[in-house]
Amino acid sequence: MSAPTRRVALKVVGATLGAGAFAYAGQPVAQWAADLSLDEVLRKHYKELSPEELAQILRRLEAETKETYGVEVRIEDTPAQEGVSFGYALNLRACIGCRKCAEACHQENNHDRRTNNSYIRVLEMEQGSFDMERGTVDYDHAVPAPGKFYMPVQCHQCDDAPCVKVCPVEATWKEKDGIVVVDYDWCIGCRYCEAACPYHARRFNWQRPEIPADEINPDQGYLSNRIRPQGVVEKCTFCLHRTRRGLLPACLEACPTGARVFGNMLDPDSEIRWVLEHKRVYVLKEELGTRPRFFYFFDE
Amino acid sequence: MTASATPLSYLRFLRRVVVLAFSGTWRFYAWMTVLTAIALVGLNAWGHQLQHGMRVTDLSDHVSWGLYIANFTFGVGLAAGAVMMVIPAYLYDDHDMHDVVIIGELLAISAIVVCLGFIVVDMGRPDRMWHIVPGIGRFHWPVSMLTWDVLVLNGYLLLNLHIAGYLMYQRYLGRAPRKRWYLPFVFLSIFWAISIHTVTAFLYQGLGGRPFWNSALLAPRFLATAFISGPAFVIVLLEVVRWSGRLTFGDGPIRTLSQIMRVTVLLNLFMLGSELFTALYTGGAHSAAVKYLFFGSHGKHALVPYIWTAVVLNVASAVLLYLPRSRTDKRWLLAACGCAFLGVYLEKGMGLIVPGFVPSTLHELVEYTPTVTEWKVTAGIWALGLLVLTVAIKVGLAVWTGRVRA
Repeated sequence: MSAPTRRVALKVVGATLGAGAFAYAGQPVAQWAADLSLDEVLRKHYKELSPEELAQILRRLEAETKETYGVEVRIEDTPAQEGVSFGYALNLRACIGCRKCAEACHQENNHDRRTNNSYIRVLEMEQGSFDMERGTVDYDHAVPAPGKFYMPVQCHQCDDAPCVKVCPVEATWKEKDGIVVVDYDWCIGCRYCEAACPYHARRFNWQRPEIPADEINPDQGYLSNRIRPQGVVEKCTFCLHRTRRGLLPACLEACPTGARVFGNMLDPDSEIRWVLEHKRVYVLKEELGTRPRFFYFFDE
Repeated sequence: MTASATPLSYLRFLRRVVVLAFSGTWRFYAWMTVLTAIALVGLNAWGHQLQHGMRVTDLSDHVSWGLYIANFTFGVGLAAGAVMMVIPAYLYDDHDMHDVVIIGELLAISAIVVCLGFIVVDMGRPDRMWHIVPGIGRFHWPVSMLTWDVLVLNGYLLLNLHIAGYLMYQRYLGRAPRKRWYLPFVFLSIFWAISIHTVTAFLYQGLGGRPFWNSALLAPRFLATAFISGPAFVIVLLEVVRWSGRLTFGDGPIRTLSQIMRVTVLLNLFMLGSELFTALYTGGAHSAAVKYLFFGSHGKHALVPYIWTAVVLNVASAVLLYLPRSRTDKRWLLAACGCAFLGVYLEKGMGLIVPGFVPSTLHELVEYTPTVTEWKVTAGIWALGLLVLTVAIKVGLAVWTGRVRA
């Protein structure tokens, strides 16, 4: 074989191998791209949707849930009510650290079962200290333990929320009733909000949530507990699919000691107003200037 | 003789550039094949991550940024560091530096490609990338620092593409470049280089909930380290170019760059000491991350090897740079550059991003160790950057030295 022919042959072999390598290496990306729905990729921001477009999306999401999880669910979008501004208070003297609230959150909000996710973390703290450095979330013994007190932490729905500030695409914002929400279909998954939040309130969907069909809560809200897609951030919404319809948050209903007080801070007769006006109130990391709507108080 | 410039001649120029990018010696082919192979391994790993979700990484809700953002941060520094060739060349009229300044601009372009790569792979939903495009998506500017970063990084990329592209095309045509078409952009790019790293520091520095980052010293430290890693990389690159025989130049540029490094390595060590003093002498919650980083905490010490290796390398680079031998013996200087580059990579990467999350905001100690997938993706992006840089320099020098002309 003469030299030029051999060179050509080498080039052909090289090119074939090269093309094969490209095709093989690119396969997972190509498969991922093929699974994307154009409808979803080109969708408008939540605030730009007309009522008809929103309704269409809700039906599509219901159909997708049926297809993926095999369950009939109802996804609604209840708007913030006029004259309502939500607040939440937690009695540190009453809380016994049983974590029933975290469990109720897990079920109500269709959290991933594999990671046992919840929007609430309960810290076991040392009596006589507010130093979280000396607290732990990993306690595993009968509660309440002597010499300890318990501090559940969840989203504080800050009025000057660092998470809302840092989001580069306005995928998260504060609603009129004070609740900070995420449009799961707009979030790009950069997790800047997770870095910005001082209360460890945000969670990322590191994978598509795994939930057995019979455990799925079918009563869902678009901005709250519908099953989240993979690769986006989520957070506590004070169970807005419940609270905007006059129900109480799941964590409050589950609390056996009545440590939790939730309500409309604009209503002068509400229990939350009474607590805020009469009790000694503590705001976690108040020095950061985030102006939370979540308060801790001490009862006599 | 000057050729006439028509749209057709520009197309012809581009065609020759492409041909040049794909032809070379066997050494060139071997180098490009290795880089392509690594890049493909990275692409495959990223595809895996897209399909199965970011659970294939070791990231968690506690440590939500890791190896990717660490590399991104370092890459921005590298891109900004290239300006240390532009400043002497244009502000101080250093003619020797002027002869090689194009290499700095090409490095800036390649480094930005690397940065953008790391941002893309860190996104949970890259299919929604258009949401962050100004005018089309919902650009949360000027409130979100990330939108500033989008603007400055892409702006820096465009500025350098324009400057390098314009100068090269004029060289190709055999014309003297017209000052008004590039000088204003060069001066703008100097300020811009500072801005990309300042904005990137502000991303972290502005978070009140993360005491480790929430320090006014972060941006100055970022710039100091950028002016270590940038010159260190360029010195090595210049030696490679000299060795390849494609460009002849005097010792001036390397002398200038190593002088810059002699200042910045000490500046960086000083600022590191200042941060350590503040954290450790004050004590309390603000020192928790520093203690974890340097000494480990509650039996957990995943970052300790990273940071001490970084400290040793940074000190070694300073010592080497001040030894008289590094002025006369290239090998000593190159060793210093290698130490400095790696030292900054570790300190500013894993040593800066991860301790921002450990302990978490609720003071939980969850550690992070990158997975094989993360390392594959990371290697792939750096390989892609080196591919871009190799082609850019190969083509750039061919045009620059007049071997390819209209």
